[in-house]
Amino acid sequence: MNVPRHWRETPERYRMEAAKCRKCGKISFPARLICPACSNKVFDKTNLSGIGKLLTYTIIRTAPEGFEDIAPYAVGIVEMEEGVRVMGQIVDCDLVNLKTGDKLISKFRRMNEEGKTGLIMYSYKFVPDVGI
Amino acid sequence: MKEIAVIGIGITKFGELWEKSLRDIAVESAMNCLEDAGTDRIDSINIGCMSSGLFIGQEHLASLIADYLGRLDIPSSRVESACASGGLAVRNACMEIATGVSDYALAIGVEKMTDVSMGKATYALATAADQDYEAFHGITFPGLYAMLARAHMERYGTTSEQLAQVSVKNHYNGSMNPNAQFPFKITQDTVLNSTIIADPLRLLDCSPVTDGAAAVLLTTVEEAKKLKKHPLVVISGFGSAADSIALNHRKKLTELQAVKTSAAKALKMAGKTIDDIDFAEVHDCFTIAEILVLESMGVIGPGKGGPATVDGYTALDGKFPVNPSGGLKSKGHPVGATGVAQIFELVNQLRGNSEKRQIPGVKTGLAQNMGGSGGSSVCHILEAK
Repeated sequence: MNVPRHWRETPERYRMEAAKCRKCGKISFPARLICPACSNKVFDKTNLSGIGKLLTYTIIRTAPEGFEDIAPYAVGIVEMEEGVRVMGQIVDCDLVNLKTGDKLISKFRRMNEEGKTGLIMYSYKFVPDVGI
Repeated sequence: MKEIAVIGIGITKFGELWEKSLRDIAVESAMNCLEDAGTDRIDSINIGCMSSGLFIGQEHLASLIADYLGRLDIPSSRVESACASGGLAVRNACMEIATGVSDYALAIGVEKMTDVSMGKATYALATAADQDYEAFHGITFPGLYAMLARAHMERYGTTSEQLAQVSVKNHYNGSMNPNAQFPFKITQDTVLNSTIIADPLRLLDCSPVTDGAAAVLLTTVEEAKKLKKHPLVVISGFGSAADSIALNHRKKLTELQAVKTSAAKALKMAGKTIDDIDFAEVHDCFTIAEILVLESMGVIGPGKGGPATVDGYTALDGKFPVNPSGGLKSKGHPVGATGVAQIFELVNQLRGNSEKRQIPGVKTGLAQNMGGSGGSSVCHILEAK
């Protein structure tokens, strides 16, 4: 991955920056130019709280390139409290005990790195919200 | 709009075809198709291929295939809609005939997947997902369908045993298909004891990586009646639709909206309802996909796909046979070829030429070809006249 391709997504990956439609209020993550609910084209920036619940998930055992070292790992769809759904890894938990409906919170984590001298990519991952 | 007939069909063996290149198999399927049609006339070439760029480093198939077919003087194009590329190529060929732009339109679906390592093939396939917001997080295609499977299991009580029966049925059908990659029967235990790829899906819930090509020649019903080489088969309806590329943006995780819409459009065009359809070839890239497709099209009620499969409703001798060819699971899934190979099977069945796996007396069939995790879907309705 080249630097600009990761860099231009950093508002979303570092801060979970989303776009709130100024007309209907629907939140899009990532930001869009056209609101999928009402076709309006004017938005305000908003940051997701990072709090949500697990809708469905899988445990990846045959990993794609670049993820072999962390397999098995969980990836799920998380419904954020703002209503928007986000896909991400679920970490810092016992995979056996993971279940849909679990309350999760996003954390800033290292996602991937391209060799010893390449780009290091960071993003949100989800962890169980144990109320700390 | 002119009425569309299929007058020729051709296919290659599906499998690991190490001795053959993409151009070899594409041309071989077209030659078989033209021989079957009994004519050499082509007014346009419509190619479906998902990712020749990543699989063999070759784009510009419009020129490559026209060149090696020896037809440099006619329009040639290549379309891409992930694993629905083949179905989309057939749809484009239909448009050529329906509008009168071509009198004879050739559709070829092709994919050469085994020239790269499994890791590179997995990467190429994952490009059908949202690269920045799905694949970036380490999700794979089995992983996406595994999430759909879990949602279906938790909502409706669908079990791994029921999913395994989709695979068992399709392998039984495929055991009678000489072109299939894995033409042998398997048992439920074999599926349930195979390696877990992405919970809850196992290796034998997944379709394989395959090389292969298929071709169909379309013309007008008027022209087809002059040729009289085969019983007349028409394409009376086609429909396509899209859904959000990322699974997390779907409104429902237990239904595929693009499948529902594309099937409804095709049925409306053909003036039919799903109850008028005798059998179908559907996109069983994973066992859960066949269940989701059948429920989304209204063949079976929501949540009933698993039990219906166990009860034999979709078996070769059931009320609504599904994937008589063996489906993607047993026949193989050369992604760009799959949509065209489905039409091949429908035509053979409607002509009564499917030998051991022939479904007696079928008159109307449906083909459903899916892109990605349901981000696109193309349906065709074929009828024996």
